[in-house]
Amino acid sequence: MFEIVSKKILAENVVEMTIKAERVAKAHKPGQFLILMNYEHSERIPLTIADSDKEKGEVTIVFLVVGFSTNELATNFNVGDKLYSVVGPLGTPTHIENFGKVVVIGGGLGVAPIYPICKGLKEAGNEVISIVGFRSKNLMFWVQRIESVSSRIIVTTDDGSYGMKGFVTNALQKLYDEKEKIDRVIAIGPPIMMKNVSKMTLPWGIPTFVSLNTIMVDGTGMCGGCRLEIGGETKFVCVDGPDFDGHKVNWDEMEIRMKVYKNQEQQILEEHNCKIGLR
Amino acid sequence: MDKKELLELGVVEEGKPKKPTPRLPRREIACQDPKERIKNFNEVALGYTLKDAVYEAMRCLECSKPRCVVACPVHIDIPSFIGLIARGKFEEACEDIRKYNSLPAVCGRVCPQENLCEAACIINDTNPKNPIAIGRLERFAADYLLSQENGNENKIEIRHKTPFKVAVIGSGPTGLTCAAELAKMGHTVHLFEALHKPGGVMMYGIPEFRLPKEIVQKEINYVRSLGVNIETNCIIGKTIPVSDIMNEFDAIYIGTGAGFPNMMHIPGENFAGIYSANEFLTRVNLMRAYEFPKSSTPIRKPKKGVVVGAGFTAFDVVRIMLRLGADEAEIVYRRTRKEMPGRGEEIEHSQEEGAKIRELTNPVRFIGDENGFVKAVEVQRMELGEPDSSGRRRPVPVPDSNYIIDTDLVVIAIGQTPNVLIPSALKNLSTRWGSVINVNRETYMTSVPKVFAGGDAITGAATVILAIRAAKEASRGIDEFLKDPQKKWYPQAFSEKK
Repeated sequence: MFEIVSKKILAENVVEMTIKAERVAKAHKPGQFLILMNYEHSERIPLTIADSDKEKGEVTIVFLVVGFSTNELATNFNVGDKLYSVVGPLGTPTHIENFGKVVVIGGGLGVAPIYPICKGLKEAGNEVISIVGFRSKNLMFWVQRIESVSSRIIVTTDDGSYGMKGFVTNALQKLYDEKEKIDRVIAIGPPIMMKNVSKMTLPWGIPTFVSLNTIMVDGTGMCGGCRLEIGGETKFVCVDGPDFDGHKVNWDEMEIRMKVYKNQEQQILEEHNCKIGLR
Repeated sequence: MDKKELLELGVVEEGKPKKPTPRLPRREIACQDPKERIKNFNEVALGYTLKDAVYEAMRCLECSKPRCVVACPVHIDIPSFIGLIARGKFEEACEDIRKYNSLPAVCGRVCPQENLCEAACIINDTNPKNPIAIGRLERFAADYLLSQENGNENKIEIRHKTPFKVAVIGSGPTGLTCAAELAKMGHTVHLFEALHKPGGVMMYGIPEFRLPKEIVQKEINYVRSLGVNIETNCIIGKTIPVSDIMNEFDAIYIGTGAGFPNMMHIPGENFAGIYSANEFLTRVNLMRAYEFPKSSTPIRKPKKGVVVGAGFTAFDVVRIMLRLGADEAEIVYRRTRKEMPGRGEEIEHSQEEGAKIRELTNPVRFIGDENGFVKAVEVQRMELGEPDSSGRRRPVPVPDSNYIIDTDLVVIAIGQTPNVLIPSALKNLSTRWGSVINVNRETYMTSVPKVFAGGDAITGAATVILAIRAAKEASRGIDEFLKDPQKKWYPQAFSEKK
């Protein structure tokens, strides 16, 4: 079980892996995540499921090499290797119904998890406009894949090396200015991006949902490490989320809670002499 | 061991009568020195030597109407196993306990014997405070057998296999026990665990220095040897839909424990550096964060730690803080020592290790620094008023008594409630307080036909031994149901199961 069946480097430090996990694949719904462990004494890493093949019993994840454990996963594990543990699917699936016209925004790594959501929304009869943003052309991935499940796609790059120059919010503003009647916005990406999208849509009165990836251990509501204030109430991202109303998220608290182990992360990287950087 | 060696230990010679020595003092258990043990996570109590065990077993009167057996929630035949130790039959002693309890090495360590079997011991009447050290002897017998080759393997033949399949959800004390009992009855048992290792609270909750994880895994291997199939990484209601389990199995036992942490719901509780006890303990115990960076799960190490609460968990947490290198670690409790639910021995051990207790104090808010990390807790003094529903005197705030305690790490250890995952996935499951499952008092069946439940899931957070008792009683209910499902099982009365 949990054998790696394919591995691709999509861009600098962005890795796509497909793993044999029959039950997780079978049960997976858009918006859910899994938790994996490299070895017996490894950290439990939560990652959004970017695709699943129920017949083959495989799940696909796309991750960014940001710290010790993701670096270990990217460098030590190849096709044929087995992970110590994979559990899921976790979290409440993304709410999908025919909303009408939905703008789905993926920023950077967040482009991967919007794939099953766009697909699900399209199947439910929505008109899906996707906005995918990258820092630069050489970091782009899955654009065609997202396009295949969208009615329209807008690609942005921060440096203008491909598509529209600017951020995903510039593209969203453009859609709004074009008088597109948007019924719902879904945004997945770095917290700052999700925060800015939510800030933008609040005065427009468009329901906006974001997918949060806070620090967690078990992923089943046991530890509360992922807790966050949503609309004045503490919620557990692992079971109450990961999708939340972007207008209700306490983004400042999110920022704080993501930094809890910054020093320890540095320590383990130094201890193991890791160099982050996978091309 | 040859006969001569055994006789040197002082065992009763074969064919000769035992001459009990109840007047002798109870044999203390060797412990790691407090100054040393706060530098490591190794077990504090070192266990009896063969000589200690024989000495203590010789003190037992082996009463014909033993009060200890009545007091034991699972009615282990205590005089019988102690008698076997006194006669040098150490392996047989553990085999004897296993007839009643599949987890003797665990219970020998974490059971509150001082309130149960040992409190009932008749020797208390004549030699006060010197009851037989039943817990230590139980631990000795279990450790002795587990250290032998194949010591964690079942040796009893399971005669007849029934055609019935039972799913047990959760591999904590109650799930393991129910699985073991059902397997002994000949049923096919599949045990599901959400985490990557089986053991539940024995793995994530109770720290290594009280209950070594290697011991837990050995006892789990014994349960496996009974034919129980354990599947980790499997969350019922997520990985497998509840409906699949309902279709595939003839009966289901929910032993999912109480794993949802209670929080205080006071301002500032989400600052970085404030943990639920569950998170703190899981990182340290299950994920071995104390070995970081050798293990890769991090934990923040406190300089001045504060624990809110005074139960078993709070004492485990404060002792972990000291082991992680805290200069100071203190328990903040709204009542007084007298009302503390923590176990006497644990309280004592924590004091020896330098933990402080601040009584009649209740946090009202947390204060963070400019980066969002907790730096202090504002507390108010309390005084005791009239007794409440638990019979303990209710703490009442003293007006204008607020003050500040500096801290860099806070752990909230004010209790756990059952997880809502199963109750919310199983339609028509009767619960109270949102997540505690109601069962029939005799059979342990829930409001859903063929679904049974036990342990903390039906009581709220309690002890290992009560969870084991529930499992044993429920296994009989399940067995009866499997053999006669047409019997009038419903409708049935539901009530709180104590």
